[in-house]
Amino acid sequence: MPKKPLLEFTDRGIYCAQGKFYIDPWKSVDDAVITHAHADHAYFGHKQYLAHHLSREVMLYRLGEINLRTIEYGETVNKNGVQISMYPAGHVIGSAQIRVEYKGEVWVVSGDYKTEDDGISTPFEPVKCHHFISECTFGMPVYTWKPQAQIFADVNNWWRTNLQNGVATIVVGYSLGKAQRILQNLDLDNGKVYTHGVIENTNEALRRNGVILNPTERITFDSSKEEVRKGIILAPPSSVGTPWMRKFAPYSFGYCSGWMAIRGAKRRRAADRGIVLSDHADWNGLVSAIDATGCESVYLTHGYTASFSRYLNEIGFDAHEVHTLYGGEEEDAEASPQPSPEEREPKADMNDNASEVLSFGEDLGEATKEELS
Amino acid sequence: MKAFAQLFLSLDETNKTNEKVKVLKDYFTNVPDTDKMHMLALFTGRRPKRQINSTLVRTWAMEASNIPAWLFEESYQVVGDLAETMSLLMPESQNSSSKTLTEWIAEINALATKTEFEKKLWLMESWAMLDSQERFVFNKLLTGSFRVGVSQSLVIKALADVTGIEAPALTHRIMGSWMPEDYTYSQLIEEQSAADNISRPYPFFLAYPIQETSEKRKSAEEVGAALGAAEDWQAEWKWDGIRAQMIKRDGQIFIWSRGEDLATEKFPELHPFLNALPDGTVLDGEILSFQNGLPMSFSVLQTRIGRKNLSKKILADSPVAVIAYDCLEYKGEDIRTKTQAERRLILDELQRATPFPEVFRISSLIEFKSWEELETTREQSRAMIAEGIMLKRKSATYQVGRKRGDWWKWKIDPLSVDAVMIYAQKGHGRRADLYTDYTFAVWDGDKLVPFAKAYSGLTDQEINKVDYFVKRNTLEKFGPVRTVKPELVFEIGFEGINRSTRHKSGIALRFPRILRWRHDKPKEEADTLDSLKALLNE
Repeated sequence: MPKKPLLEFTDRGIYCAQGKFYIDPWKSVDDAVITHAHADHAYFGHKQYLAHHLSREVMLYRLGEINLRTIEYGETVNKNGVQISMYPAGHVIGSAQIRVEYKGEVWVVSGDYKTEDDGISTPFEPVKCHHFISECTFGMPVYTWKPQAQIFADVNNWWRTNLQNGVATIVVGYSLGKAQRILQNLDLDNGKVYTHGVIENTNEALRRNGVILNPTERITFDSSKEEVRKGIILAPPSSVGTPWMRKFAPYSFGYCSGWMAIRGAKRRRAADRGIVLSDHADWNGLVSAIDATGCESVYLTHGYTASFSRYLNEIGFDAHEVHTLYGGEEEDAEASPQPSPEEREPKADMNDNASEVLSFGEDLGEATKEELS
Repeated sequence: MKAFAQLFLSLDETNKTNEKVKVLKDYFTNVPDTDKMHMLALFTGRRPKRQINSTLVRTWAMEASNIPAWLFEESYQVVGDLAETMSLLMPESQNSSSKTLTEWIAEINALATKTEFEKKLWLMESWAMLDSQERFVFNKLLTGSFRVGVSQSLVIKALADVTGIEAPALTHRIMGSWMPEDYTYSQLIEEQSAADNISRPYPFFLAYPIQETSEKRKSAEEVGAALGAAEDWQAEWKWDGIRAQMIKRDGQIFIWSRGEDLATEKFPELHPFLNALPDGTVLDGEILSFQNGLPMSFSVLQTRIGRKNLSKKILADSPVAVIAYDCLEYKGEDIRTKTQAERRLILDELQRATPFPEVFRISSLIEFKSWEELETTREQSRAMIAEGIMLKRKSATYQVGRKRGDWWKWKIDPLSVDAVMIYAQKGHGRRADLYTDYTFAVWDGDKLVPFAKAYSGLTDQEINKVDYFVKRNTLEKFGPVRTVKPELVFEIGFEGINRSTRHKSGIALRFPRILRWRHDKPKEEADTLDSLKALLNE
């Protein structure tokens, strides 16, 4: 009888039968190991959670009272004889790759990752393994990122130009990850940074976690529009086109996303500026990260899985496509924000009843998309 | 090229009309005159002749970017624009070219006499000396159309601001056949008369729709409320042919289609009547196929459009005539500022004088006393082989472009069926990487038979939802086409239906588009091929 793999893909998520735990499950389970706090990876409703220290406050803020244990990078936890440890994924603050080892067999689940050091998330570290479960959100060769120093030099220049022209500057990026990355790279000599409530809540959670962020000021009903217009506004994607945003007119708004690399996607967003900035690895980042693991086989969970696995097989990897609910196939995973509690209804949280009526591959993703529209 | 690449980038970086105009003005003020004319030519659809065929450009681009052909094709599916795909896939370059747009275009034109080997050498060297943004516009010059997200009217507005010449005059001056090599900027801004360029057409005046395709039909009452007294208006049938402007000046004749294509040679039947017109005459009208004095459906005319050689058989099967409805120039004088009623009198007079009344016809005026009466008449449109009714204010001047106010089209409601989506394909441009192009089917027994493709009619939000469905309900992939689980039902509207031997369904539709998503209908309740065939006018 062939040996059962250490990790398998089930309709609840990635499962380790030996260790009796799931990684980033999308239906209720007893024991969940979480790569990072974005909503398509950290769902509500599990009995217990294991995550990285720096995800702690954000997860408590987003998921409420949960039974959460957190560990450091490199620390090992033993579950039923299976060794679990976490390594930096460089995606957002507190994002981890999960390394799972049993009897000398090593699997690594990447979660989401990027290979460039963004100066705020602990930089990505390749981990040697036999089997690598990788994302490939931007697994097409048309996606190659510029160094972030260059991107932020452009952003700061654009902000200065707007100040000269007397128009407000609004930068849109989602609340966990992109918002802090932008915040840490703005030229504060230009002015103050003002935040939408959704972003400021996340900032506060991170500060409670000991993360040192640049100073920000929450926009409230009392904020002086004139003062805010002299600074820069950080806003989540859900605010685009809302009355909240329009009250800062005249403004120029920039949308930060890897999808902005394509002119068509940029035009669809109707942003004044498409800022090509992503927390996912680009094409070269993906290929080099997979190569660096020295893995025997690689499983691709979300993104351009079909094309990317075909390419990897052609250049000598043993690559497979698997279907999960992370991001969704070729989906606008990044441009559609991960909803934070303020942005979603309780119905987005899963429950077993809802899951039963929906077939595999279309349940929560749909719900998330629906409520955002 | 730097300035031209920057122009593109800056236009992409704003959504505001005023900003776009400013960017265009900056360009006009900062580049040499020859570059201005090249830019005008490109932005008004006058692309330089393609000197390297696109298969070769693709092949060499794959070589330069060092990826397998299938991955190049899939990248193209994602990006939805060939020029952009190529520039994204090529290795980053730090170079930048100081050659002007004019110089680059001259180099491209000089390729005409070069061997394939020389062309390749030139192309590879050119790519290597350009940065990615420059490469993108350069690839556009080589391969694509210049759809830039900027309308011609915006370019004209910027040029009007820079030159101090009024926009309608400029619109007129860039009509017709000219290439930047033979039309200079100083000629463009000098005072001109019709005689300067005897082939030059006037800008077409276009009617505004009374009801958008997706809207409910407008009642006579609503039309009356919007347009006022019926006696201020003249009504004609809206003919379903090719809109054309016909010119007789200095003993020469020219026929222009609305797309500004010179089509004189395509309609030899019209030459005798045009030659018989007095010099200095310009007519506006519709070219249609006629048989036994009656207009025929557009599908008959379609058989001869696009043919290089008009055989005797085609001329016999599908002879054309003109239904004229306006006169823009008379005795060498531009009469567009005269009223509709005055121009109509002149047109009548010209038509009465023609020795070819079978070919030079006139669009008869529909008698009506009230909007209600006209609404009833409109019901006969299909029998008249017309698309509906045109309304023209009797006091209207002949204006430039699509203007609200004096010319309206009151089209008949489209025919429609409910159909099931069965295939989907990704779109282009701003619909890149989204499934936006669908094939629809109706029932033939227990089988679904494809009968139409449609791309338009859904909102962005609906497109996102359909895209989401397609990605999760794909049954098979054939290259870029996906077979989708038959489930979604849409109401498909179309203007006409004809038998076709080229289609599996045996029918062909004219201008099919999506009218609405029928969330309320299960696929079993979609229409049948028989119900579709019942609409054939036989």
